[in-house]
Amino acid sequence: MRPPSPSIPEKEFLFTALKQSLRLDGRHALEMRPIELSFGPELGWVECALGKTRVLAHVDAKMIKPPPERPFEGLITIHSEISPMASSEYEVGRSSEEEVTITRMLDKVVRRSDTVDKESLCILAGQRVWHLRLTIHCLADSGNLLDCACLAGLVALKHFRRPDVEVIGEEVTVHPPTSRAPLPLSLHHTPYCFTFAFFPDTSIPPVLDPNLLEQRLNGGLISIALNAQRELCVVQKSGGVPLVQEDVLKIVDIAVGKAKEVDDFVESRLKEDWEGRKVEVR
Amino acid sequence: MPVVLPGEQVPAQHVNLKLGPGLQQVQTSSSSTSRTAPSIIVTRAGTLNHSANGSRWWIESNSRRYVPAPQESIIGVIVQKQGEGFRVDIGSAHSANLDGLAFEGATKRNKPNLKIGSLVYARVSLAHKDMEPELECFDAQTRKAEGFGELKGGFLVKCSLRMCRQLLDPNHFLLPLLGAQFPLEVAVGLNGRVWVNSKEAKHVIAVMRAIEAADPDGDSLDASGITKLLQDLDSKMSL
Repeated sequence: MRPPSPSIPEKEFLFTALKQSLRLDGRHALEMRPIELSFGPELGWVECALGKTRVLAHVDAKMIKPPPERPFEGLITIHSEISPMASSEYEVGRSSEEEVTITRMLDKVVRRSDTVDKESLCILAGQRVWHLRLTIHCLADSGNLLDCACLAGLVALKHFRRPDVEVIGEEVTVHPPTSRAPLPLSLHHTPYCFTFAFFPDTSIPPVLDPNLLEQRLNGGLISIALNAQRELCVVQKSGGVPLVQEDVLKIVDIAVGKAKEVDDFVESRLKEDWEGRKVEVR
Repeated sequence: MPVVLPGEQVPAQHVNLKLGPGLQQVQTSSSSTSRTAPSIIVTRAGTLNHSANGSRWWIESNSRRYVPAPQESIIGVIVQKQGEGFRVDIGSAHSANLDGLAFEGATKRNKPNLKIGSLVYARVSLAHKDMEPELECFDAQTRKAEGFGELKGGFLVKCSLRMCRQLLDPNHFLLPLLGAQFPLEVAVGLNGRVWVNSKEAKHVIAVMRAIEAADPDGDSLDASGITKLLQDLDSKMSL
């Protein structure tokens, strides 16, 4: 069941507060909610939280025979299902407009931006390649599910390590993690997604990382995916509010700064986790 | 205050027994002729409470999904106008009906004109498990509004059901503490919605943050924690 749209007082209050540059959760207009990353016992198992929005991402790999048209490349598939667990507005089986947007953006950000080096997933040309499966579970939606899902997916890919394989002639041996250290995936870059919300009243400045009410009442959303090296991957705009060229460029500039911050944070958390996993063998 | 689970029996005995939320009376003996004392069964997990003389018994628990019960005051959102009345979303499994004549001074000719999306403060007049709940915005005996009716302006804060019950407790610290800082208007609905109004938007935001922080589902801060939070907010946006 889709919940009724926000009531008139809520709508009016949000707009008057935003005009005084006050956000309901006390953030600045261009401030993100603090990111929380927690890693599971398994490699490639990440839970990412942006405020009350929570997403769980999980990567696993198996060996398959590659399709004949691309014998040298591995495969990546993304499974994302937004269940009613995240919010009562999502239903099983019937995908809403938002769900389609999120699924497509995930595909663009994670798969089509060429993050993972697919050729490095090849084991034996035409015979054996790795098939990576990224599963995304949306646990709670409190606005901006897309950014959280993209971040969780990418951190999971960065966190994941595949078992080492040895190829002698046609013979393929997989070494379990107990005998040889598993290898990280080779990633070309890590794009991060940032969503800005615009409001029908153009005197209200755009806000980064909209919460649930801001997302419901927005006049337009612009999602930008880029990496810390200032390379733009995806720009997606939805909603009817027209934007001036300078505004878009300004937003991209802001996103560049945020991408650096997020990248530093993710790297430090991944390093921390990896240090904690070391076991001394005697 | 013992913790009870659904299905447990409660030793509630009184000549004038009143059962509150989470308790149900069931007839133990199948034959209606034998006059055995009815037993009281728990239907909800929580802590068992009773009044000093043992005549009123109830269960205290926390949840998020509201189940309507008669005579509870709630806050609803008008979702649809239909014929004589309105359909109101009250956060329960079914939306409730609010009759157009159930307002103070309403007649056939002069009915309140509520827009879709307006907030109303109303009382549940009928809550039957097989029927949609019904609301009224007046006291059926006196036909006076008694504070019920449309809520204009302000903001709607959502909280857990235990939090809104605590807010109604006159001994609870939160609202007096906030009221000492700045003037504010509050209407507490038992369906986990609290309407807050104040002159300044930042005061409304402060109240909202304080309620969320004091919520047992959230950080469940105590009085000193809330004072600290308010000082924090004060330094940020000068309340």
